[in-house]
Parts: sequence; C-alpha cells; structure tokens
Amino acid sequence: MYGFEAMTFNIHGGYLEAIVRGHRAGLLTAADYNNLCQCETLDDIKMHLSATDYGPYLQNEPSPLHTTTVVEKCTLKLVDEYKHMLCQATEPLSTFLEYITYGHMIDNVVLIVTGTLHERDVQELLEKCHPLGMFDSIATLAVAQNMRELYRLVLVDTPLAPYFSECITSEDLDDMNIEIMRNTLYKAYLEDFYKFCQKLGGATAEIMSDLLAFEADRRAVNITINSIGTELTRDDRRKLYSNFGLLYPYGHEELAVCEDIDQVRGAMEKYPPYQSIFSKLSYGESQMLDKAFYEEEVKRLCLAFEQQFHYGVFFAYMRLREQEIRNLMWISECVAQNQKSRVHDSVVFIF
Amino acid sequence: MGDSRGGCCPPMDLFRSEPMQLVQLIIPMESARLTVAYLGDLGLLQFKDLNSEKSPFQRTYAGQIKKSGEMARTLRFFEEQMLKAGLSPSATSVAQTDIDVDDLEVKLGELEAELIEMNANGEKLQRSYNELVEYKIVLKKAGDFFPSAQQSATAQRREMESSQMGEESIETPLLQEQETSTDLSKQVKLGFITGLVPRGKSMVFERILFRATRGNLFLKQVPIEAPVTDPVSGEKMEKNVFTVFYSGERAKNKILKICDAFGANRYPFSEDRGKQAVMISEVSGKISDLKSTIDAGKLHQDRLLRTIGDQFEQWNLKVKKEKLIHHTLNMLSLDVTKKCLVAEAWSPVFAQKQIQEALQRASVDSNSQVGAILQVLHTRELPPTYFRTNKFTAAFQEIVDAYGVAKYQEANPGVYTIVTFPFLFAVMFGDWGHGICLLLATLILIVREKKLSSQKLGDITEMTFGGRYVILMMSLFSIYAGFIYNECFSVALDLFGPSAYACRDLSCRDAYSIGLIKVRDTYPFGVDPAWHGSRTELPFLNSLKMKMSILLGVAQMNLGIILSYCNATFFGNCLNIWFQFIPQMIFLNSLFGYLSLLIILKWFTGSQADLYHIMIYMFLSPTDELGDNQLFQGQKRVQHVLLLLALVSVPWMLLPKPFLLKRQHENRHRGQSYTPVQVTDDTLHSEANHSHGHEEFEFGEVFVHQLIHTIEFVLGAVSNTASYLRLWALSLAHSQLSIVFYEKVLLLAWGYDNIVILVVGIIIFIFATVGVLLIMETLSAFLHALRLHWVEFQNKFYEGDGYKFSSFSFALIHDEDD
Repeated sequence: MYGFEAMTFNIHGGYLEAIVRGHRAGLLTAADYNNLCQCETLDDIKMHLSATDYGPYLQNEPSPLHTTTVVEKCTLKLVDEYKHMLCQATEPLSTFLEYITYGHMIDNVVLIVTGTLHERDVQELLEKCHPLGMFDSIATLAVAQNMRELYRLVLVDTPLAPYFSECITSEDLDDMNIEIMRNTLYKAYLEDFYKFCQKLGGATAEIMSDLLAFEADRRAVNITINSIGTELTRDDRRKLYSNFGLLYPYGHEELAVCEDIDQVRGAMEKYPPYQSIFSKLSYGESQMLDKAFYEEEVKRLCLAFEQQFHYGVFFAYMRLREQEIRNLMWISECVAQNQKSRVHDSVVFIF
Repeated sequence: MGDSRGGCCPPMDLFRSEPMQLVQLIIPMESARLTVAYLGDLGLLQFKDLNSEKSPFQRTYAGQIKKSGEMARTLRFFEEQMLKAGLSPSATSVAQTDIDVDDLEVKLGELEAELIEMNANGEKLQRSYNELVEYKIVLKKAGDFFPSAQQSATAQRREMESSQMGEESIETPLLQEQETSTDLSKQVKLGFITGLVPRGKSMVFERILFRATRGNLFLKQVPIEAPVTDPVSGEKMEKNVFTVFYSGERAKNKILKICDAFGANRYPFSEDRGKQAVMISEVSGKISDLKSTIDAGKLHQDRLLRTIGDQFEQWNLKVKKEKLIHHTLNMLSLDVTKKCLVAEAWSPVFAQKQIQEALQRASVDSNSQVGAILQVLHTRELPPTYFRTNKFTAAFQEIVDAYGVAKYQEANPGVYTIVTFPFLFAVMFGDWGHGICLLLATLILIVREKKLSSQKLGDITEMTFGGRYVILMMSLFSIYAGFIYNECFSVALDLFGPSAYACRDLSCRDAYSIGLIKVRDTYPFGVDPAWHGSRTELPFLNSLKMKMSILLGVAQMNLGIILSYCNATFFGNCLNIWFQFIPQMIFLNSLFGYLSLLIILKWFTGSQADLYHIMIYMFLSPTDELGDNQLFQGQKRVQHVLLLLALVSVPWMLLPKPFLLKRQHENRHRGQSYTPVQVTDDTLHSEANHSHGHEEFEFGEVFVHQLIHTIEFVLGAVSNTASYLRLWALSLAHSQLSIVFYEKVLLLAWGYDNIVILVVGIIIFIFATVGVLLIMETLSAFLHALRLHWVEFQNKFYEGDGYKFSSFSFALIHDEDD
C-alpha cells in the first residue's frame, strides 16, 4: 500500500503541505467559539475575529455589519487560500485540488437552474453561488430549458461534462428532476473522485477513500430520508447511491426499501461506525442527524492531519474551513436575530 | 543596588539589569484616560493584564476600542482614496490645535460621508462616460464593417448568380431589382445586436452563441486596439466589438441572455449611414460634456483629499494612541466601587519619581479631586529584564539577547561583548587595508545616521544600519589586528621602521638556504615584514596564531567562569561557589591554563620543547621523563599535582551539590512545618530564589541534571578550547584568500604591461575584494565570533531565561506601521 511517499512527497508537495498545515493552525478553537457565542452584536464578532486569521478580511468593513458580509469575507479568505494553493500546485495535486471544487460546481449549477425555473434574477443568483464552484459560462445556464440543452450549451465545457452522461433526458426541468440531477451528478462525481484517489495510491488513497466513503454513506442516508414519502421509486432511489462506501452494496439494498426514519436507523445501526451516530438520536428524530454527521465528519477530517505525506490534508482543510464558515454563519445569524439560546444547536466545534 | 548587594564588581549600568518593582496604581475613573496617556508618553511601565480571563469585547473599554477601530478604518479608506488620486499624505503635518477624540470621530464620519457621496456621484458619471466611450467605439467599428460586409455579400451573390446564369447574364436592371427585393425580404427577418465583449471571453462567447442558435447566426468580431474601461467594474480591459445577426424572436431572447451572462454590453445601432453620423456626433458631444463635469468633480474631490492629507498623519497618530490607551485601560481591573481602576505594572525603580509626577500632572489636568495612588507591591514573580542601552550599546545587547534574554539581574555578558566581540572578529579579519574599507563604509552610515534612521530601509541595509556601531568597532579592531599581522591587502609594509633582519652579504645568495641574520632590534610592533613571502612564513604565522587563539580562548573562558562567581555571590548562592566555580576553575586551569603557561614560557625562553608531546604524555604516561621537553625545573612534579587536581575536581563538581541541595530542601521543609508563616519583608531576590523551594524536589532529576552539567563542562573544556582554534583557521583563510586575489589577479595583470588587461585585472580585484573579502568574509568572521560568544563564552555562566521589559510607550507607534 505504501509507495515510499515519505521519500519523494516533499519534492512537489512539501511546500503546500506546510502551507496547508499552517492554515489549519489558524482554524478557530473551542475557546474562540465560546467567546463568539457570548457576543452581543455582530460588531463584537468582528472584533473577536479581528484577532484571528480573518482579521485582514474584516477590518475594512464599515460598521453596521450584516451576516452575509461576514460570511462573504470569510469565504473570500478560503477562496484566496485555495487559489494560492492551486497556483503553487503541480500535477497530480492540482487535479486533486480541482476535484475538491466540483461539489460546489454541482451545487451552483443546481442553484442557478432552480433559480431560473422560479424566475429569479440571474445576477442575484450568481451572487449566491459559492465562489469556489464558479466557471466561465455559468450565467449561461439560465438559457437552458431542459437537461439536454443544459449539457449541450454549457456543461460540455466544464469538468462536470462526463458526469452528465447518466442524466441526459429531454424532459423539461422541474424541481424533482433537478434534485435527481444533483444527486446523479454527485454520485458520478464522488465515484470519479474516489477512482482518482485510488489511482494516486499510498496514504492519499487510504485516507481519502475513508473520507469519501463517509461522504457517500452520508449522502445515501440523506437521499433515503429526503425521498421518504415522495414519488421516487425504490429502483430510482437505489440508482442514486454511490457505488462504494461502507454501505455498499448490502446497506444500499436495505436503505432502498426504507419507508420511515426508524427503518433507516435499523439499517444503519448494523454498521458499527454509524451506530454511535444514531445512538445519540432519540427514535423518530431526524433534525439532529445533520449535526451528528457533521461532528463525525469533523472528527474524521481532523484525523487526516495526523498522517503526513498525503493529499487528504487539503481536502480535510477545505472541508474544515467550510464547516467553520457554516458555524460562523450560524453564530452571526443567531446573534443578529437575538436567538442566542439556539446558538449551540448547530455549531460544530472543530478542536 | 548592585554595589550594596554584590561585592565583587563595581556598579555598572549594563552589568546588571535595572532593579524593577511591581507597582500598583489606583487611578480615579475620571482621570484614567489622561493618566494612561501621560504614562504612555513616559514609556516606563509594563502593564500586566489583569483581565486575561475576559474576552476582548467583555472588557470595560471595548466600545472605545471599537470606536477607534472604526476611525482607523475611515483613515485607511482616506489613505486608499488618496492613493487612488495620486496624493500622498504630507509628511510635515500642519501643527494644529489638539483635537478632541469625539470631535475627531464626528469629523471623520462627516468627511467619509462626503467622500463616499462624491465617489458615488463621480462613479455614476464615470460609468455613463465609459458607456458613451464604448458606444462611440462600437459606432465607429461597426460602421466600418457594415458596408464591408454588405460589399462582400453582394459580391458573393453576384458571383453565385453569375455562375447560375452562365455566360449570357450581364448585369441587367432586372436582376438588380430582384436582388433588392430579396434583400428586403431578408432584412425583415434578420435582426442584429451590436456590442462589446471582453476579449478573454470572446471565444467562449462565440461558441456558446453558435450552440444556442444551432449555427443560425452570423457573428463578426473586431478587436479594439486600446483597452477600454468597463462601465460596470471600472477596470481597464481589452474588448472586441461584435455584431450578431440572427433570425427569429427566440434566438434573440437567447442571445440577449447570453450577452448578459458574458457581461457583453449591447448598444443600439442603426444601419443607416446618415443616422450613424448623427449618432456619432451626438455621442461625442455628450462625451465632452460629461468629461468637463467629471473633471470638475475630480477637482473638488482632490481639494477635499488634500485637506484630509494635510492632517492625515496627525489624525492617524491620534487614533493609534487612542487605541493603545484603551487597550491598556482594558488591562486594568475595575475597583468594586467602580470609581477607580486598579493597575499593576512593572517599572524600573528609578522611574518611580517620574511616574508620580506624571500621575500628578494627569490629575491636575483632568481636574480630578482625587489623585492617583502609587504603591509598591511585593511579589515572588520574576521581574522583567531591562537594560538602559544607548544607540552604541544597543546593538551589542541585541547580540546577547538574540541568544536569550538575561535572567533578572544576572551578570550581563553584553558588557564584555562590546570589546571581546569586535576583538575576536578582528583576530579572524586581521588586515588593516580591509579594516579601513570597512571603517569608511560604516562611517558613511554613522555620518548619515539622522537621515537614515528617519527613512525606511531595505531588509539588509536595515540590518547593517542597526549594527553600524558593531561594525565600527569591528573595523577599528581589525585595523589594529592588521597592524599586528602586518597585512594591508595581504602586503606587508614596514611602517614601524626597517625590518630587524637582513641578508648576510649584498648578494643575498644564502637567504633561502641558511636564513637571514638579525641586524637590529626586534621590529617594534607586529610581525616583522621580512617574514612576508619567505618559505617559513606559513609555519611561523600558523604557530603564532594557533598559540594566540589558545591564549585568547582560555582567557575568555576563565572570564566566563569568573562571571559565574559574580552571579553566585550576587544571588548569595554559596553552593555554586564551592561546588561549581572552584572545581571548574581548577579543572580548566590545570589543563589549559597550564598549556597557556607553557606557551608563554616557550615564547619567553625560546625553548624548542614540543607542547603537544608534553600535553599528551602528561595524561598517557605521567611518570615518563620529559627529556628535551622540559621547560622549567620541577615540571614533572607540577604536572603530577595538576593532573591530580583535575581528576579530583571532576567528582567535586558532580557529587556534593545534589546531596547538599537535597539536605537544604529537607531542612527547609522541616522548618516550614514549625513556622509556616513566611517572613514577608524579605527582599525581592531572595524571595525569587526561595520560591523554588516550594516546588517538588526530585533527587533523581537534580542528580541527572548535575551529571549532564559536569559532563558538559569536562568535555566542553577540551572541545571549547579546540573550538577557539577557529580564530587561527579563519585568519589563515582570510590572509590566503587575499594573497590569491592580490598575486594571481592584480600582480598578474600588472605583469602583462597592457592597459586593457590591467584595467580588467583591477576591476576583478576590486570586485573580489569587496564581494568575497569584505562582505562574505566579514559575514563568516561575524558568525564565528558570534558562536564563540554564544557557545564557548556564555555557556559558562549565562542562564538567559528572563523576559524582556516591554514598556507601554507611544514612541513605538511609529515602528508598528506595516
């Protein structure tokens, strides 16, 4: 399994690994979150963040802040860091880094397509897109009327093109279609990413397959829960699960036939790693599931930093930062809307 | 204080760090700001953070900090605007009456609002101006290619028709009619859009358009030569003018959407040439109108920015001070009554009076009824280390601090470094020609000191400038050492009279076989120039320099050990004197002190004894006869005694101290159980020392520690002495290198008797001398001198685990920039 990475990794990857580990050291700690949770206004949050890595990005913001500004600036920092790393990266790390953004790309495509379906302004939609998932012709998505057009017009130029092979239909776009498209794309993306990591081999393959398997399993559970009570058939549901992961293939069979949350729970509890997640939840509850999954994910991502000479740290860092920005968004929203009692509901401590 | 306590050493400002005290200030709320401001001007207090458990926004003055942060942001905004407008804040800010902070805040807010409004207006105007400029370009370019397209189209059609009709068809009026009719019918269906698209996106744009309309379009693009300003982003970019012809309403919608998506600005365009001309003139008129409006606006904005620029520096300083004051105020704890603030701060003892004056001044100036109270606290905590350095000593103290900041009041090697550092450097860099070059270079820095210190320098210049006095001393000493080595750019000169040696006869035949004879008194200063170029030059100089290195090394190490004695007496630590200082002294001097003695004896007596042999067989077979190597009567007995002393001193260093420490600890504990009350008015130092006693005493750890120390010292005595031989090695390398450059470059070029070669030779010589000898060699000799100080000298006594006194001072604000 190990391909002597320790000997050659640093030739190309050493600098960036050092950079990314340095960035990781800038992640907010539990003490930071505790302080942030005590903030009374958004200005307090800004003041606290000004002592962290986010400082330079927030210092020039005029005082009545909005949650969106905070989140936007924090995301900008992540994007800047990502772009810096991408500039410095050589093959195959640069491809690996690009893979990380495809998820955002899929989300952006779906966002724009859904938005145009509901006749929203394209410019407004573009502002909501995640900057990591932007590509040149993204705004043209609004022109497309159905999947085939979508693919032929725009997506054929993007890295997402190969993932589309499974979901080209001439049907007009509607909410259900789009959601299925998102999941099909995501499935294809995860499988491709998984294959790519396997090809890289070594510690990267080992760590990334674990992280991606978790991602795939989480998506499988979410698809199942979200499709309960919809007109999605069992076979169609089954088709949306990624073909790898801990649940593949027997867990998928069970999930495909689930009709309520408790059946999902029953299916999942057979897998020891997920048992602990579900054991935290009371029966019939699914709201806290997201948080439980996020916590588990953060734990796994942090573990990726324990090993050296692999690309998993880049993936882990990007994910951790995104989680951190989600946390900041939640905290700022709670502070802005005076809902401080709920502030701990969705914050996932990273360290 | 040093003299009352220490004993061995005379009082020196730099030898012991300033005596410090922990003072408590009780400041009434109403005069707090002013008091802290005055203390900041004084800059002799290091405040302790009494609210470290509170997060920044929970502290008392968080609001004010936010306010000053906001003001700083406004100032940064102004700076950015000024930079955009090409103005720089005037360095000599107009001395204005001191402006109140609240007024300043209001004023800054007003100015910012005005500026933003002005910008918004300007931007609107600029945007429409840019649009018009783009429009004009489109009109011109599209106007150009419309007729050309038409021409080519008709030509094509004519060709086609002629091929259809065959030879017989000539241009008949009938045909022309037909043509026009088809043209008309097409024009009804065909629509077109003209506009500008960024050049980078033009390819993708074309591709997408092609796909979206399934190829049913005609697109023509013409690049614009000069980049234009984009109206939306306001950035300069290269663009293409495009015209798309399409058919059908659906295609139009699609194309419009795609244009939007690509940020392509569309402009109305008319096919009619007459209309085009009218439009162009119209647009040009509008452009000139807008231009004058924009210029007027710019002028107004410039005036505003200039007034801001005049006071910018002053405001900036004020805001920074304000922020610093409130940060400091936040470190103070609030009294229970909420009427006064309590501060704890370290300050040098000598500053007490000045602080009290500042406090009084503050309470008078702020019309406070109650003055601030200052009282000295007693603490077990180790105070910070503070040396009052001047611009000369500061750089040398930096050299020491880079290794570690001295423990509070421990002997400061910085004092000796001032002389020993440049001296050891000079031993390795002994060439008075090079020394004078170095001296001239530093003199430039020193003469222009005032000017240079006020401006910003590059990294390397900054470093050189900071160490200018170190370099000055180094160059002076290397001139001195150069005279001793008698080397000037590797040439020996007889400055101090003629050489003491001469040939036996005039022909000088046997100079290389038998040697010279001494005809005069010894050469008065330094190495006799007759040695230069002789076959025995190297063996002679090597032997001289090697022995000198040993002497210097042993002397400096002895100084180090003596300093450990000074520390021991100063801190009242008898154990260290009896079980560290004395055996160390004996060990070092019985081996290498003895060697030094032998060297000096050999020099005086001119004996030919082999010192290596003596030293090695002193250990290997102490009983053997010395034979030829005997330098003085009873040498063998002396050596036996010294060997014995050295052997005894090792266990002496190792064993007693841990056991005695253990007994001390036990005694203290026993004592404590009887009298748990501590003597409170004990002095600061002994308290600091005793505080160790309260920690757990682990004998094993202490013993291992002592073992390590002993081994380190014993091995170190040998290896450190050997390490001083680098003085010889580097000085040899330096002189050999300069000989190479002098003989192989300069003299060689001289020998050709050709002016070009001579010039080239001189240039190479100068560059080699400056680059290799003056810069690289200086650096390497500097580094080796640094090592000798840090490792060989300081490890004999220096703990270096203190922390620096960092005072709260406004003087540092300027340095904080960037």
